[in-house]
Amino acid sequence: MTERPTPAISERTAAFWTGGANGELLIARCQACGWWLHPPLPVCRRCHGRDIRPEAASGHGTVWSFTINRYQWSPSMPPPQVIAEVELAEQPGLRLLTSVVGCDEVTIGMPVRVRFEQAGDAWIPVFGP
Amino acid sequence: MTVRPVIGHTVKAESAAVITGFGSSEIGRRLGRDPLLLTADAALAALADAGLRPGDIDGVSTYPGALWSTPGITGAGVDDVRALLGLRLRWHTGGGELPGQLGSIVNAVLAIAAGLATHVLCFRTVWESTAQERAGGRSSVVARSGRESLQWGKPYGAGYPTYGALAMQRYMSETGATREQFAQLAVVSRANAAANAAAVYREPMTVDDYLEARMISDPLCMLDCDVPVDGAVAVVVSDAAAAAVDRTRAIRIESMGSASGFDESADMLWSRTELTPSDVDVAEIYDGFTILAVRWLEALRLTSRGETGPFIEGGKRIALDGELPVSTGGGQLSGGRLHGYGALLEACIQLRGLGGARQVPGTPGVAVVSSGAESFTSCLLLTR
Repeated sequence: MTERPTPAISERTAAFWTGGANGELLIARCQACGWWLHPPLPVCRRCHGRDIRPEAASGHGTVWSFTINRYQWSPSMPPPQVIAEVELAEQPGLRLLTSVVGCDEVTIGMPVRVRFEQAGDAWIPVFGP
Repeated sequence: MTVRPVIGHTVKAESAAVITGFGSSEIGRRLGRDPLLLTADAALAALADAGLRPGDIDGVSTYPGALWSTPGITGAGVDDVRALLGLRLRWHTGGGELPGQLGSIVNAVLAIAAGLATHVLCFRTVWESTAQERAGGRSSVVARSGRESLQWGKPYGAGYPTYGALAMQRYMSETGATREQFAQLAVVSRANAAANAAAVYREPMTVDDYLEARMISDPLCMLDCDVPVDGAVAVVVSDAAAAAVDRTRAIRIESMGSASGFDESADMLWSRTELTPSDVDVAEIYDGFTILAVRWLEALRLTSRGETGPFIEGGKRIALDGELPVSTGGGQLSGGRLHGYGALLEACIQLRGLGGARQVPGTPGVAVVSSGAESFTSCLLLTR
């Protein structure tokens, strides 16, 4: 039985890992210039603004790349899994490392949308058709 | 292309320094030897090659030095080596945040150009093979790692090869490159390793062996990955004007690239020389994964952007007698993960004409060496 390891939740990463409790994909966004930042950082790389807050993204994106992992890196995660980089619709280059679930075939460019899987206190964003 | 003027100097820093000696320890899987012993073996071999004694060394430079990291990724720090060999140092440096592993050579050259040292012992020691076994295997190394970048992958079952696999899949999709083409990097490296007694994997390998190899993370198979080993490599970088330097044996540092990124680092290297990619006789490029070798070939403009697949197809062009011999000692894929320093050692061996059965015909005059990946990159252009 696959059980996703709970990620380390810090002040900086809490919104991303727990937004799924309300069905929201919370991504850090600069309130001054609107730039989305992932992984979340306390300063905007574009305008150096400091007012960075988590905002709900649409949850829509496309598969930028994917791989079928066949090596067991975690005792609770027996392979295979489809691990992917998904580019979110909000901004070119805004990509998340994630899983693709709920489909038989994955292709680069495939449209996907977010769903969440609970792991301890965290809600892990994963993507499917 | 214009050669970039060097601020405040009439000659570039590279002109001030030469490589006078190089050497390595025993290199192998699960040697179970004290990493300080490996370090001493490599250091003393390099010193002997340079015709120097420990008392001549007044600088030490290493990557990453003594720090907490994944088990076996570092086997000795600067101060370990100072104490180990009884060195009296005027200057030293070590650290994990260098621009790639060869950043330690860049630092040595800069220190010499600045007059801070005359003979700098540069080294890299790994003992991952033994340390990973003691830690309970490779997966436990990843499970225990505190690296933030790995934290993002943990809930998804990702390991280091995941990132190589994602890059490889994307590259194949964008360019049409095939696994049969990638296979040539592994097959050619293995053929070169067969002629190198110090390489760890020397049994013959075919494209079919590659295609049937265990898949780690599609499309990346076991033979796309380098192999953790135990071993140390040391190089002596000396003031080119020092009396002890034998100019007939010294290897010149034509130019260096230390910028953040494959392209940025490679562009910097070419901006500091009048040589061009077509002058390169041998390429010892970083091959932690085959896709990293492809990235470096394109960044260094040794192959055209997106066209490395067709270039390496069949393997003839990158073989020892091809137009661009690559990883002539077996690279990290078959020679072992000496983390950039294996490539540096092999470049020195080829330029000195010591390659024996794997010597590139005609004795190469220009070698390029690269290390690292993504924003952690450096490269060197070396000449006889």
